[in-house]
Amino acid sequence: MIAELGHYALVLALGMALVQGTLPLWGAARGDAMLTGVAQPAAGAQFLFVTLAFAALMHGYVTSDFSIQNVAQNSHSLKPMLYKISGTWGNHEGSLVLWVWILALFGAAVATFGHNLPPSFRARVLSVQALIGVGFLAFILFTSNPFLRLDPAPFDGRGLNPILQDPGLAFHPPMLYLGYVGLSTAYSFAVAALIEGRVDATWARWVRPWTLAAWIALTLGIALGSWWAYYELGWGGWWFWDPVENASFMPWLAATALLHSATVVEKRDALKSWTILLAILAFSLSLLGTFLVRSGVLTSVHTFAADPSRGVFVLALLAIAIGGSLLLYAWRAPSLQGGGVFAPVSREGGLLLNNLLLATATATVLLGTLYPLILDTMGGAKISVGPPFFNATFVPLMVPLAVAVPIGSMLAWKRGDLAGVTMRLLAAVGVTLAAGLVWLALHDFRLSLALLGVTLGAWVILGSFNELALRLGIGMPLDLPRVLSRARGLPRSAWAMTIAHAGLGVLILGITVQSAGQVERIIVMRPGETAELVGYTVRFEGVSPAQGPNYTAQRATFVVTEGDRPVTVLHSERRNFPVERMPTTEAGIASNLWRDLYFVLGDPAPDGGFAVRLYYNPLVMWIWGGAAIMALGGLVSLSDRRLRVGAPRPARQPAGHAAAKA
Amino acid sequence: MRLRKQQRLALVLLAVLLVGGATALVLTALDDKVAFFVTPSDVAERNLAAGKRFRLGGLVVEGSIQRQSDGTVQFAVTDRARQVQVVYHGLLPDLFRDGQGVVTQGVLRPDGTFEAAEVLAKHDENYMPKEVADALKQAGYWNDETGKGHDVP
Repeated sequence: MIAELGHYALVLALGMALVQGTLPLWGAARGDAMLTGVAQPAAGAQFLFVTLAFAALMHGYVTSDFSIQNVAQNSHSLKPMLYKISGTWGNHEGSLVLWVWILALFGAAVATFGHNLPPSFRARVLSVQALIGVGFLAFILFTSNPFLRLDPAPFDGRGLNPILQDPGLAFHPPMLYLGYVGLSTAYSFAVAALIEGRVDATWARWVRPWTLAAWIALTLGIALGSWWAYYELGWGGWWFWDPVENASFMPWLAATALLHSATVVEKRDALKSWTILLAILAFSLSLLGTFLVRSGVLTSVHTFAADPSRGVFVLALLAIAIGGSLLLYAWRAPSLQGGGVFAPVSREGGLLLNNLLLATATATVLLGTLYPLILDTMGGAKISVGPPFFNATFVPLMVPLAVAVPIGSMLAWKRGDLAGVTMRLLAAVGVTLAAGLVWLALHDFRLSLALLGVTLGAWVILGSFNELALRLGIGMPLDLPRVLSRARGLPRSAWAMTIAHAGLGVLILGITVQSAGQVERIIVMRPGETAELVGYTVRFEGVSPAQGPNYTAQRATFVVTEGDRPVTVLHSERRNFPVERMPTTEAGIASNLWRDLYFVLGDPAPDGGFAVRLYYNPLVMWIWGGAAIMALGGLVSLSDRRLRVGAPRPARQPAGHAAAKA
Repeated sequence: MRLRKQQRLALVLLAVLLVGGATALVLTALDDKVAFFVTPSDVAERNLAAGKRFRLGGLVVEGSIQRQSDGTVQFAVTDRARQVQVVYHGLLPDLFRDGQGVVTQGVLRPDGTFEAAEVLAKHDENYMPKEVADALKQAGYWNDETGKGHDVP
């Protein structure tokens, strides 16, 4: 009964989305306040109905109602509760319901918190948002209904793929979807602005918090997914340039570019049509990712089903959403020309360079992801485009970006002074060079790509703090009261920029040092034997059986010492899930700030030993730490006064404030 | 007006420079950084260059897995028409077993064995790598109804 109610709620949501997607648009065009007024309550109702449907499906999972086909195929009564709940979105149909739920959530949020938007504009935004919802609700109802019944109901379910039974993966999809789908608001704002034919600084201020919220969630979602792949797959790596990873990374790159270009629109009224295009492209890349992952053209852990009719449906949605918005753009964007003029060397110029580099990088990732598919479809050779391709194309584009980050963020608006900025960054330049020299001395003065990476990472961090220090007036002699009063007066957005950029530096350092310094030993060990790993002595104690809630395991114990000092005891497991009839590997990991020890148990060898893989991963935690710091920067920026929900539109900025910025 | 023109010129130059550079990067990378997918039949018939990186896919020949005490594993991969001997030093994915579809990446040795640097893990026992399915189709041993390769008649 509850499943039928859920299905019914989805149908009602579709009806509500149809109303919300048409009447307010019509009303805005005719200037009819009654019709535009439909948008807000409709958005609330649509959200309510999708929530009911989502809750009904979750209820099926929590109570293990195996008369629902979707539950029977993807759950099992013995599964721990957390994974029963997360199982709701651990399958094709359920993940789409989550997708639509988040879409409706953002729609309802714009309806609730968007009271400072002009009514006609808000109506258009909500209509566009609802039209996306119509497409996906129809997709669920016509090709992927999660509420189909089974008769007779089986006694128990088939279970969830064991590698998905993990806390990291319980939270990765909702977080990623918040980001992915959150970009729909940027899209809706852009399309509504094109229909309205008006883009100005206020538009940029409206669109910013939504994009920022989506960007934060996307950053965390990608980081969680990467962390999960690291500790769960047992390959010792954290990013594989897998098409599915790229599918989430491309919208992130575009959203990052969008955040930066929206600043230019807000402060200088320039780059307007480019920003609109970026907003459309960012969400288009999200849709493309959804298509790649959900259509079955790629085979991976994310591809739950390969039903061709679904692929065609998503492709059609993609064509309408992307093609339609780009047509609208081509038609309306020329009327948006104009705006502030700026010299090539200026803050705007720096942000533009950032945008060009990020856009080009996105294009190379897109090409590397789609090229094998296109080649295959056209009957050409089968190829695989993996890390070597992306290391040779994507990474070189990030080098100038990292060099430019601290410089660009110090240039003045309109017309900057490159020499002056360099002079003011001398402290950072000096310390960076010293750090590079130390690294060089530690590595026998051999030049390497790692040296470049470490120098760049240090440069981005130091440059960011150098900029902050200058703003706070930290100098010799230190005038503490003045620094503190300046710190209080500094807008949150300035802190946010320093934090986010420093996070990028930490990320670069982590990636570089982990990639260059990883030590991998693949050996066969018999119980009682020891092995050396970068100064650590690893003793293999042997393997014993262990029992988990829904699996049995072989559990290896490693004792790690450094000289005479005990360091840690690690357990690596090979688990066997009888319901799903599937083995998994659980790496034993000991993390600290400086390094991870990462041990994997392999197959037994003929003479009583076991194949084991021992990894030493330096600074690997900095990778996810850097991403988390970037997300923190985003949160701080979100709390900035000028974006605060409900805050009155700031009047002219005080003169002293503007002077401090220049 | 002059300023606006200057601005546009600088912008266009920068964009051209970037796009040109990126295109050059992509073209060189596509030339030597991608791995072609080959089937065991390709290895036997097409005289592939030793030392170049390939992806080899097929089914693990039943009973061919041999583990040595130093952790090296040998097995044979087949598309049911031909087979190729594979040597791999490392840990095999969890679902690696007799008769399973696998994709390996590595280089061909002059003696015709394939030295794998990577044996790709799969996440699902029902899942057949698309390349392997296509290889079996190509060799004529694919059953569309079961979605699995069938045995040599």
